[in-house]
Amino acid sequence: MAELRNYAAPRSLAEALQVLASGPATVLAGGTDLMPQSRSARVRFAPTLLNIQGVAELRGVRRRDGAVEIGALTTIATLRDDPAVRNGAPVLWQACDHFASDQIRNAATIGGNICNASPAGDTLVPLLVLDASVVLASGGAAGIHERRLPLSEFLTGPGRTARRPEELLVEVRIPVPASGWVDRYVKFGTRPALDISTIALALGGTLFDGRLENARLALGAVAPTAIRAHDAERVLAEGPLDRARIDRVVDAADAAIHPISDVRASDWYRRELVHNLLRRILTDVCPN
Amino acid sequence: MSALIEIEFRLNGISRRVTVPLQMSALEMLRDMMGQHGTKYGCGEGECGACTISVDHRTVNSCLKFAVDCNGRDIQTIEGLAATPFGENLNRAMVEHGAVQCGFCTPGIMMQAQQVLTDNPDASPAQIQRGLEGNLCRCTGYRKILDAIEAVAHPSPAGD
Ligand code: FES
Ligand code: FES
Repeated sequence: MAELRNYAAPRSLAEALQVLASGPATVLAGGTDLMPQSRSARVRFAPTLLNIQGVAELRGVRRRDGAVEIGALTTIATLRDDPAVRNGAPVLWQACDHFASDQIRNAATIGGNICNASPAGDTLVPLLVLDASVVLASGGAAGIHERRLPLSEFLTGPGRTARRPEELLVEVRIPVPASGWVDRYVKFGTRPALDISTIALALGGTLFDGRLENARLALGAVAPTAIRAHDAERVLAEGPLDRARIDRVVDAADAAIHPISDVRASDWYRRELVHNLLRRILTDVCPN
Repeated sequence: MSALIEIEFRLNGISRRVTVPLQMSALEMLRDMMGQHGTKYGCGEGECGACTISVDHRTVNSCLKFAVDCNGRDIQTIEGLAATPFGENLNRAMVEHGAVQCGFCTPGIMMQAQQVLTDNPDASPAQIQRGLEGNLCRCTGYRKILDAIEAVAHPSPAGD
């Protein structure tokens, strides 16, 4: 890794943004991905290590204006134990409950999981299905500027995001789904704990008269980023969820993905998993 | 040469001050600079749990923690746990149940067992098992470890 020369551990957001504004910095949150990356030289380090753990205002879950707002430094364990998440965003809760191990959940943060932008990042698929957006802050003592981006636009490639070097991801916002909302999440791996997804998928929508309205489908570990499958969502919106439609949804999802072959699975196997698991959750969500 | 940073924190109840390189892990700091050899290096990437320590009363993998981020925190290692009544109790149960073979996983297992039973003193066998998901043992097959922790959670009334 490049030599780290400076260290900053600010206590406020304004100070943290000031550091980012003054030159390239690598952001340290939970460290659970950064530490192994620093050892294997997978990530190029900036000369300054910016530890944001002391910025208390970036922690916690609030429910406000029809949205669940999650501070970027909130740990996966905190999310897993939060009733607003469990009741308001059960797919996210499930992903947090199955995230790595207890020790890693205690350290890893939601902001870190998002900014790492792994195609297999565990929180990304549920967050995409929940139509989450991220809030990016920049500026400093003279004033803080915020912009908001849908998560789907924030994730631009494996390990790449739309975050500008002077910006910090400060918050994740999840609109509370309309009443009648149903969702499903599956993560496929070879063992229950500490596994990187072979594939993950999440489906959500409002069930009305045998059809899934406002449907959203998200897929992980089958493309350079976790993705929404918009064509498949359109097929879902067109009519009742019968067998023929399920076939067309699966075809549309298949066309949306570009899996790679790696140590966890081949391209062919990932596609098989998507076909079969998607079929299973579609049947399960609307049993007729 | 990487920058050196002075940090101060509580280690097993005692205030300590140490100067660490920026990219050093908490595990390296504990073992190589502070002589705390109970915390083990297994995989170095969060997979095995041998390096489990408690930071501000939550267990974490010390191999994944930047040493500089220990500044101002309250840290407990197996050396600290072993000196508590709970630690002595757990230690005895581990020995009595034959839950220790090579012993390499044992400190991490004990730290995590403390966390599981602190969060939920009445943890069921299934909850104990889930709580230990992040700890690998290559010797015992886990059954004896789980039995030992269950015996601490639910001591048999006869006290056998
Ligand atoms: S050495 Fe830290 S988890 Fe294996
Ligand atoms: S006793 Fe040897 S690894 Fe657990």
